[in-house]
Amino acid sequence: MTRVFISRDATALSLGAEQVVQTLQQQATARNLPLEIVRNGSRGMFWLEPLVEVETATGRVAYGPVQASDITGLLDAGLLEGSGHPLYQGDIEALPYFKNQKRLTFARVGITDPVSFDDYVQHDGYRGLKNALKLSPQEIVKQVTDSGLRGRGGAAFPTGIKWNTVLNAPSEQKYIVCNADEGDSGTFSDRMIMEGDPFVLIEGMTIAGLAVGATRGYIYLRVEYPHAHAALNEAIASAYRNGYLGDNISGSGKAFHLEVRLGAGAYICGEETSLLESLEGKRGLVRFKPPLPAIVGLFGQPTVVNNVISLASVPIILDKGADYYRDYGMGRSRGTLPLQLAGNIKHPGLFEVAFGMTLRELLYDYGGGCANGRPIRAVQVGGPLGAYLPEAQFDTPLDYEAFTGISAVLGHGGIVVHDDTVDMAEMARYAMEFCVEESCGKCTPCRIGSVRGVEVIERIVQGTQRDQNTRLLRDLCDTMTYGSLCAMGGMTPIPVISALNYFPEDFGIKSDVDAA
Amino acid sequence: MIINNETDYGTPASLSANLVTLEIDGRKVTVPEGTSVMRAAGETGINIPKLCATDSLDPFGSCRMCLVQIEGARGYPASCTTPVAEGMKVCTQNEKLANIRRGIAELYISDHPLDCLTCSANGDCELQDTVGAVGLREVRYGYEGENHLDAAKDGSNPYFSFDPAKCIVCSRCVRACEETQGTYALTIDGRGFDSKVSPSQNQAFMDSECVSCGACVQACPTATLMEKSVIDHGLPEHSVITTCAYCGVGCSFRAEMKGEQVIRMVPDKNGQANHGHSCVKGRFAFGYATHKDRITTPMIRDNISDAWQEVSWEEAIEFAAEKLKQLQAKYGRDSIGGITSSRCTNEETYLVQKLVRAGFGNNNVDTCARVCHSPTGYGLKSTFGESSGTQNFDSVKKSDVILVIGANPTDGHPVFGSMMKRRLREGAKLIVADPRTIDLVKSPHVQADYHLKLRPGTNVALVTALAHVIVTEDLADEKFVSERCDTESFAKWKTFVAKPENSPEAMAEVTGVPADAIRGAARLYATGGNGAIYYGLGVTEHSQGSTTVIGIANLAMATGNIGRDGVGVNPLRGQNNVQGSCDMGSFPHEFVGYRHVSDTKTRALFESAWKVELQSEPGLRIPNMFSAAIDGSFKGLYIQGEDIAQSDPDIQHVHHALRQMECIIVQDLFLNETAKFAHVFLPGSSFLEKNGTFTNAERRISPVRKVMTPLGGKEDWEVTQDLANAVGYPMNYKHPSEIMDEIARLTPQFAGVSYAKIEAMGSIQWPCNDEFPEGTPTMHADHFVRGQGRFMLTEYVPTDEKASRKYPLLLTTGRILSQYNVGAQTRRTDNVAWHEEDRLEIHPHDAEELGINDADWVGIKSRAGETVLRALISERVQPGVVYTTFHFPHSGANVITTDNSDWATNCPEYKVTAVHVAKVSEPSRWQKQYQDFSDKQETLLKDRIVAHEHE
Repeated sequence: MTRVFISRDATALSLGAEQVVQTLQQQATARNLPLEIVRNGSRGMFWLEPLVEVETATGRVAYGPVQASDITGLLDAGLLEGSGHPLYQGDIEALPYFKNQKRLTFARVGITDPVSFDDYVQHDGYRGLKNALKLSPQEIVKQVTDSGLRGRGGAAFPTGIKWNTVLNAPSEQKYIVCNADEGDSGTFSDRMIMEGDPFVLIEGMTIAGLAVGATRGYIYLRVEYPHAHAALNEAIASAYRNGYLGDNISGSGKAFHLEVRLGAGAYICGEETSLLESLEGKRGLVRFKPPLPAIVGLFGQPTVVNNVISLASVPIILDKGADYYRDYGMGRSRGTLPLQLAGNIKHPGLFEVAFGMTLRELLYDYGGGCANGRPIRAVQVGGPLGAYLPEAQFDTPLDYEAFTGISAVLGHGGIVVHDDTVDMAEMARYAMEFCVEESCGKCTPCRIGSVRGVEVIERIVQGTQRDQNTRLLRDLCDTMTYGSLCAMGGMTPIPVISALNYFPEDFGIKSDVDAA
Repeated sequence: MIINNETDYGTPASLSANLVTLEIDGRKVTVPEGTSVMRAAGETGINIPKLCATDSLDPFGSCRMCLVQIEGARGYPASCTTPVAEGMKVCTQNEKLANIRRGIAELYISDHPLDCLTCSANGDCELQDTVGAVGLREVRYGYEGENHLDAAKDGSNPYFSFDPAKCIVCSRCVRACEETQGTYALTIDGRGFDSKVSPSQNQAFMDSECVSCGACVQACPTATLMEKSVIDHGLPEHSVITTCAYCGVGCSFRAEMKGEQVIRMVPDKNGQANHGHSCVKGRFAFGYATHKDRITTPMIRDNISDAWQEVSWEEAIEFAAEKLKQLQAKYGRDSIGGITSSRCTNEETYLVQKLVRAGFGNNNVDTCARVCHSPTGYGLKSTFGESSGTQNFDSVKKSDVILVIGANPTDGHPVFGSMMKRRLREGAKLIVADPRTIDLVKSPHVQADYHLKLRPGTNVALVTALAHVIVTEDLADEKFVSERCDTESFAKWKTFVAKPENSPEAMAEVTGVPADAIRGAARLYATGGNGAIYYGLGVTEHSQGSTTVIGIANLAMATGNIGRDGVGVNPLRGQNNVQGSCDMGSFPHEFVGYRHVSDTKTRALFESAWKVELQSEPGLRIPNMFSAAIDGSFKGLYIQGEDIAQSDPDIQHVHHALRQMECIIVQDLFLNETAKFAHVFLPGSSFLEKNGTFTNAERRISPVRKVMTPLGGKEDWEVTQDLANAVGYPMNYKHPSEIMDEIARLTPQFAGVSYAKIEAMGSIQWPCNDEFPEGTPTMHADHFVRGQGRFMLTEYVPTDEKASRKYPLLLTTGRILSQYNVGAQTRRTDNVAWHEEDRLEIHPHDAEELGINDADWVGIKSRAGETVLRALISERVQPGVVYTTFHFPHSGANVITTDNSDWATNCPEYKVTAVHVAKVSEPSRWQKQYQDFSDKQETLLKDRIVAHEHE
């Protein structure tokens, strides 16, 4: 029986993986070939999806990108023996794109069957939890604190400090909430890990529960992720069956219950406080802080709200120790960050690497430049609220502080690439329009400011009182930056101002002197 | 606001005892921990611009006008949502903050109509003030951008309009509807720039769940939600604090005036009963005071079949006095009497009973409390020693378990209902004992832990069964009982309630309430922390009304729920001054302060003060007056502000009695139903036209202040005084304050009360005397008024009104939010938009069996009479029970109610009548006859002989 791996990841599916599976199954049956198709996560090299990996005596051999129409040829060429073919990629892990990553969080993604409990355990799963069960809550929190892990959702707040606050908040009931409302354009690492290794998230949340004394967890998942939803529910059910969720985790006598709740399509519900409102069944309206969710969170109780990747990074920290994780990275950015390359790029996909690599290295050495061969003019890092970086800033290392230093954000690690045909004024206008679309409407700077932002940019582009309107745009961005209730309105000016500062010519402004 | 100098501190006060000192703009300020930076600034006189913050609502942090800088803190935190911290250094004004605020103001105004000069809020607009304060001089965005200026206005509510074009989406209305009122009728629909205030599911206000309490209008900082009276007449120019004349909550209002015209009634933030909240009646339904039906000239006639004749005050008083004197000469001293009103002031009530006792020389005085809360007086006096509720309203904020029996606070006492719901949302437990599923049982974010849906007439069985559980499961607070109560009576009571026949299991058959629900509720009340009981007419208006009151008092004593904040026994009084009219000696057997007329010492006190000899025997109660009238021994009656011909039970009997009388003097605002049987009509004055005091359900004496000249020329107390003088008993008060001084001199509970003290304190809860100079929020704190609390046995005796083959359904009666009592006031306001007729609520199951569809005409027949109403099919009532209200005279609800009454006080059994219900096609015989009579009387009024203009 030959094992063949074809991904169940949404990217692979959208590129035809399901048809590939069906065709392969049919033809194998017709040819009487003994075959077991394992639906794994994606390796994260999207230009090779649908990727077909065949387990051979010498290891896995990859073919990609495979379409259903390629199956006959592949089988004829000896697919199941790992024979040569134009789509033959050999050992996927030997390719530079993969080889030069540091896959700590994504260690199992693409390798295991995501919903197989046994597979998870065989690939070092639940070792972190086992260690955690031997530690006191304080000791678990210390491990996470010492690892230097910071919130991967974008705000980069030290995870250990947040956990410590919840640990020390007295309450009968505390909660772990996983923010899986991954709404930033160009980001997909949360989705990939939930589809490709949901157990690692479950384990991370369970450890978090032990650390702070929470017995109940919720994954707030965006409704647009049906495949992640399915994978999570399968894995959660399996964890319950195997005694790794419930009232007696792994025989420890400790309880942790977990369920997935679906969002309703609002970007703002990725903001942690409106997420909590939504989870409570209310409108997704931003709450003011303080009180912090760590003190007054879900249903008014102390709550850890962490991003998927933050929580999924916890098991390896507890498995291999804080030092192991902390030894990766630079400055105050420790460990690894799963970067997501998207937009006009030759090699889009997921690239987990220690902090410190430069943007240029990533874009050209691994990303391979623009897909259409044109020069890269601008990249937006950190989602729709991130700055547009011009080529001159490509040597910036991927590090939270370095990005802050150039008024940019690393955010959730999403990178969207534009070639030299991009209209940056249109991008700036779009940033405001995105805010119009997604503002919760609670605070005035965001609610009205975003609408006026679109109008003012349009006037600038049309050349209507360009100087006055440019000044007005900057004043408006100031009002939004300093006046908004949350990061939605507060960060919308970042892409706008960066576009205006580095690409004034797209606004019809002669030089950046005029613009400033 | 132009006429309101109250400071709005932006966020509610913190109640913390820990103090924190910080520095704001270089000024040191010390405030309780938990105070917002905004409030701390306000308390030191520093005003931080704000729009979404107001001190009646929790902070929200949406407008971003109030941003400040705090040393060591990142960015610009909102001062409304930032709590103070020790040593904090706050800067509220600098160039950066000014720029941010101007930037925000510029955004607001880019989506706001520029019609300030013609706007109804001009001069009373927080947006206008704030934009002015931040110095916005230009809107650089222009006014051509996307906006809401064309949003359609909603004028569906009769009292206020909603103009979304002026809305700044601060959510104050939404939050007021949630936090203050607890109705959750409003929400913000859509998101971002599309966000808009939406009543219910984007409906018009009148079609939504809105109860028109006015909290949203009150909270709105712009003209978006605005009283129509202000739109029509402009802003008021002065205001006077006074007390609402509707229910027993006794809300404090600012009557906002233009000259002598009331422009609007605004709930007073400093009101100690209502804390700035209101309901649709007090807030908006004041138009009756100037309704065209007001009769402002005295009228007389010899027979009720004669046309009325308008006369001068002197003639009318003389006519009335002569008649009364002749009657006494002919039929004896006891042939006349008087009825005081629970709607009139304490001073007026006092004067009427004084007129009867001293002027008429008998004790034939009674009050409408006879038909509502007389059992409260009896029951609480017998057990605790004082005829009053034990708490203030604020006490509910400390309650952990709230037991509501036979009361419907969200309709009957809406402002207190909101306060109660707020506490319930905070987590207090709720037990409702009521045959109907009242709103409290399940409303937004409130759900009763137990709804004991008992059969009408079985209160005593239920209350005794609750006691059975407390005693037999050892849940009683023996320590409290042994220290505070008469232990001998307790022992007897214990033995009695512990009897098997009083167990929930035994009583389940009687009450219809499952035994485990009774057990659960009893355990919760006894062990759930501070337990508070609130009850209403559903307790008192029964043949065993007094017994239930006693049973309630027993429960509270047995569990130690008396004498401190958060607990107690709280009768919710129906009318504004029920407590006061009882206090003022309106009952035939009691002088002011509940002292029996047979008590020689008390009588001597009054004889010497009033300089007359007083009768030592109690006089006639209202029902006895009717019987005596029919017997021919009772002939003359002076009725102030009470409509016995509509409100009393077995109304055909009442009408018959009234027709037998030779002189009925009615003093009222309108030609009410009783006046149709009257010989003298003396124009009454509304609460806006006189000075005095009302005493609410929490014993709070609040000021009533004259804001306009009486339409008839005289305040009510002046009329009584004139009548007294005319019958030969001299009275010479110059002002109601002199009447209060006399009351204080003669009454221990009121010894410390004076107008000067009321003026200084705002209001006073009696007892107020040397022992409690500042009044008494919580009674029986150290010891019961009677010394030791007394337990009394509560044997359940079923009422005679039982469902039978002939009368298979039980009718119970009640009221509705928008109407008040007999409706004389509210029917003459736009409140009829919510309730234009009384209907018979019937369960779908019964309706199905009887072939009745919604809105069908149904005949309701009891052994007393028959009337016809339209049906309202509703699951609020249980099968076997029907329900109606009595706000409209032609509904004839009291044609059906019987002459059954409370064994101790004769309070009528309005709440249980066995009836037969059937589909019919025309009004009942009574209704047709009464319609004819009423039409004729209206004609006699219309054809009245007009007074000569000789003055």
